[in-house]
Amino acid sequence: MINSLQIINLSKAYDAKEAVKNISFKLSQNEIVGILGPNGCGKTTTIGMILGLLKPTSGKILIHGIEIESHRVDLLNKLNFISPYIELPKKLTVKQNLEVYGRLYDVNKLKIKIDYLCEKLRLYEFINKITGELSSGQKNRVSLAKSIINDPEVLLLDEPTASLDPETGDFVRSFLEKYQKEKKTSILLASHNMSEVERLCSSVLMMNKGAIIDQGTPGELINKHGRKNMEEVFLKLTRETI
Amino acid sequence: MNLNKMYGLFLRHFYLIKSSLPRILDLIYWPTIQIILWGFISKFFSIYSNYYSNTLGVILTCAILYDILFRSSISFNMLFLEEIWSRNFTNLFIAPLNLKEIITSLIFTALVRTLIGLVPAIILTSPLFGVSILKLGFPLLILFLSLYIFGITLGLFVSSGLIRFGPSFENIAWSSLFLLAPLGCIYYPIEILPNFFQIIAKGLPLVYIFDETRNILLNGSVNYENIKQAYLLNLIYLFGGIGLFYLSFLRARVKGTLINMGE
Repeated sequence: MINSLQIINLSKAYDAKEAVKNISFKLSQNEIVGILGPNGCGKTTTIGMILGLLKPTSGKILIHGIEIESHRVDLLNKLNFISPYIELPKKLTVKQNLEVYGRLYDVNKLKIKIDYLCEKLRLYEFINKITGELSSGQKNRVSLAKSIINDPEVLLLDEPTASLDPETGDFVRSFLEKYQKEKKTSILLASHNMSEVERLCSSVLMMNKGAIIDQGTPGELINKHGRKNMEEVFLKLTRETI
Repeated sequence: MNLNKMYGLFLRHFYLIKSSLPRILDLIYWPTIQIILWGFISKFFSIYSNYYSNTLGVILTCAILYDILFRSSISFNMLFLEEIWSRNFTNLFIAPLNLKEIITSLIFTALVRTLIGLVPAIILTSPLFGVSILKLGFPLLILFLSLYIFGITLGLFVSSGLIRFGPSFENIAWSSLFLLAPLGCIYYPIEILPNFFQIIAKGLPLVYIFDETRNILLNGSVNYENIKQAYLLNLIYLFGGIGLFYLSFLRARVKGTLINMGE
């Protein structure tokens, strides 16, 4: 079976500094893989390379068996991304933003799609509001809507619940669980929220200093390292490799 | 090229303009002020100078034409700066748009922005100063297109810098046109410049465009040699600008500028 995403011996260096060192992993269809590690460990660089924003120094990224370097624009139709560090145009209304991004992703039956997203993500109450005037939780739901507007086959989530209150965070996690089951989307989730990772991910990659230092299911990693939860595993692994 | 995607990118900026009266006023304000200011200066010279009687029409027409260049270039740069300021740059570059589609869409959007700013100023000159740029006739269209192409080309050069070097290149975006203005011989013939600057100025399409504007207004005839020279230089710079844009994108992917944009 062809993997949704396959990373083969991927490295990225900026001059003399190696940000990502020879990492390899796979993401199967209908699977959520967590990517964990301290700040600066190479998670964002890895995601940047998958999205085609960064050119790898060496190695390959395959989406459904096709290399992104040679088919960047075609494959970007199958991907999407959400991060609290990037935003949608603040001065546009929610509806205008969804229309713009729907067109950029050449979505068919866009109006029906926007209605679907509004209903599933409870956007109707502020659909005509200016995006910049929304609360963090509302903005997050709009960004989430943008990230699935093209029904991506591979969805990249960079700290999707950062800075959200517990209720909104739980809403987002529940939505992602349901959406992923319904659409069989493959998800790569970078997060610092360990309970979120335990809840959502079928397997986890632990990164530090640009390399994958361990991987397995959350249960396997907890047992292997003799810890009570993923937070303790995270602390043990990152401190060991300092 | 996908029309729906390019229209989407146009809409992103059109909605921004449409929903904000201050933005529309800002687009109109500067060209109008510029035209009024030059109108009064020219009127003064035409009353108190007998060097040539057509001063008002010449200076005002050149001021409007220079604004076509200025607005089209700034509009193109603004489209990129808006994405950086709103932290939307990454979203744009992970959307499945190729560079051809981005450039084409931005060129068209810059035209709309330019026209929104200039049309009111052009309309104002007739009742205020009795000058109409439309007196240039059909050559106006040729001169407009030539200036618009050069404005877009300058926009491409500056946007290439923004992609490659990030927001730190912003100041260059604002100052690039002021650097070219003295060499462009907008309000005076090239002979006014010192010899060394004349050599540089001859490499700019602006010199031929404004020389021809003065020629049409003062002599009532069209020298197509000037227009041909302007278009030839325009094409060279335009292809250079597009090439640089592609190159900057490739370098930005190596250096990581695209991923850190706006931070």
